[in-house]
Amino acid sequence: MCLGIPGQIIEILPGHGDLAVVDVSGVKRNVNIGIIEETLKPGDWVLIHVGFAMARMDEEEARSSLAFLRGLGQAYVDEMDALRDSQLE
Amino acid sequence: MRFVDEFRDPELARTLAGQIVALGEPGRHYKFMEVCGGHTHTIYKHGIEDYLPPSITLVHGPGCPVCVIPMGRVDDAIHIAEQPDVILTSFGDMMRVPGGHGSFLDAAAKGADIRMVYSPLDALKIAKQNPSKRVVFMAIGFETTAPSTALTVLKADADGVANFSIFCNHVTIIPAIKAILDSPDLRLDGFIGPGHVSTVIGCEPYRFIARDFGKPLVVSGFEPLDILQSVYMILKQLAEGRCEVENQYTRAVPWAGNARALQAITRVMELRPYFEWRGLGFISHSALKVTDAFAAYDAERIFEIPGVRVADPKACQCGEVLKGVLKPWECKVFGTACTPETPIGTCMVSSEGACAAYYNFGRFTRERVREAART
Repeated sequence: MCLGIPGQIIEILPGHGDLAVVDVSGVKRNVNIGIIEETLKPGDWVLIHVGFAMARMDEEEARSSLAFLRGLGQAYVDEMDALRDSQLE
Repeated sequence: MRFVDEFRDPELARTLAGQIVALGEPGRHYKFMEVCGGHTHTIYKHGIEDYLPPSITLVHGPGCPVCVIPMGRVDDAIHIAEQPDVILTSFGDMMRVPGGHGSFLDAAAKGADIRMVYSPLDALKIAKQNPSKRVVFMAIGFETTAPSTALTVLKADADGVANFSIFCNHVTIIPAIKAILDSPDLRLDGFIGPGHVSTVIGCEPYRFIARDFGKPLVVSGFEPLDILQSVYMILKQLAEGRCEVENQYTRAVPWAGNARALQAITRVMELRPYFEWRGLGFISHSALKVTDAFAAYDAERIFEIPGVRVADPKACQCGEVLKGVLKPWECKVFGTACTPETPIGTCMVSSEGACAAYYNFGRFTRERVREAART
C-alpha cells in the first residue's frame, strides 16, 4: 500500500462522487480524485495511492515513475495485483 | 560499469557522484537519515550506498507505516475480527505482520473473516454489500494515507453506511523525526525527507529540524538520481554552512502541501495524546484518532479493545533498525531466523521495510561495486 503509482485519466464519471476511470499500466480502475484541487480532464496523469489520486503529475514524470516502479519487482507486482482486485464505485 | 548503467542517466549519475565526493570535508564522516521506506527500497535496489564515498552513511528511518505498528495493535485488531459478525479489512502489507498471537493470516486460517483490500473505499463497499455484518477497516499509514481513510469515513457518513468503522492506527511523521533527533543514540548530519508524505503536509512542517536542530532536510523523489541529488543538496548546505529545508521533488511536492487532503484529515481525525511506536516507544501527539463527531465510525468505541502491550520478541531488533542505530544485517536474526517468508519483525514483512529491502536487494556490496568500477 505504500507505493504511489501513476495513472492516466480516461474518463471523469459525473454523478459518481469524485470518481474517475484511470488507466494504470493497462489496468482500468475507478479512483477517487476528490483531493486534487485542479480540475482534471481525460489525458491528465495523477499519482494514485490506495484508490485516491494524491497529486497531478506531468506525463514525462509519470512515465519515468512507471518505468522505475516496474523495476522494483515484487512490490510493484503486489501493488498491481491489489489494484486489479479493487472495484470502487 | 554495470551498476552505473542501472541509473536512468548514467552520465548525470557519474557527475553527481563526483560532485558529492568533492563536497565532502576531508576526514569528516556524514550520517544522513532517509525517513521514508520507499527511499530505503530504492537505496538497496540500486545499491546507492555503494555509489557514495565511504565517508557517507545512509541511515534508515522509521517511515515504513507497517513496520511501526506495535504487536499489541495487531492483537487488538485480531480481537475485533473475532467478535461476532465482524469482517476485518486490511491492506495486504499488514496480513503477515506477527502480533503476540500470530498474524491476520493466522487468524483468518482459524476462522476469522479478514479480507485484503486495495483501498479503504473497497472496505466501504464490502460494508454496503454486507449490511448484516460489521465491517472494520484496519487504518494504517502516515499523512499520505490518512486523507484516504478520512474521505472514506466522510463518504460512509454521507451514504449512511452504519455498519462501517475504522480501527485507526494512523501516525504522523514529524513527532517520529523529533523523537529520533531527541534520542541520544544517533548523531545525524541531515535528512532525506519523505516524498509522498510531503505531497500532503508540504515542506513547512520540517522547518524546526533546520531551525532548532541545525540539520538540513531535503525532500526527495524516489528514483536513484533523486536520492543522489538530495545527498548532494544536503552536502552543499553543510559545505556552505546552511541549514534549510529544500525541495528536490518539486515534480510532485508543492511547498504548501495539499490543503484539501489536510482538511479531510482534520475533519475526521485529531491527535492522540500519545501512541506507541514499534521500536520508538510512546511518542506524544504522534498518531491520529477519530473525533467525537465521527464516533459512530470509530472501532475503538464500538468494540472493547484489549489494549495489551506486547513486548517484541527478544531476538528481534526492529526497534534499533527503525531508529537507524543498527543496519539490517547487524540484527542477530537477520536472514537466519527472520526472513521475508518467516518474519519475526515488521521490518522484514513489508516490502518497504529496511530488512526486507536489504534481504531482497542486498547483493550490492561496496567491494563488488569497486570491482565493477574497475572493469
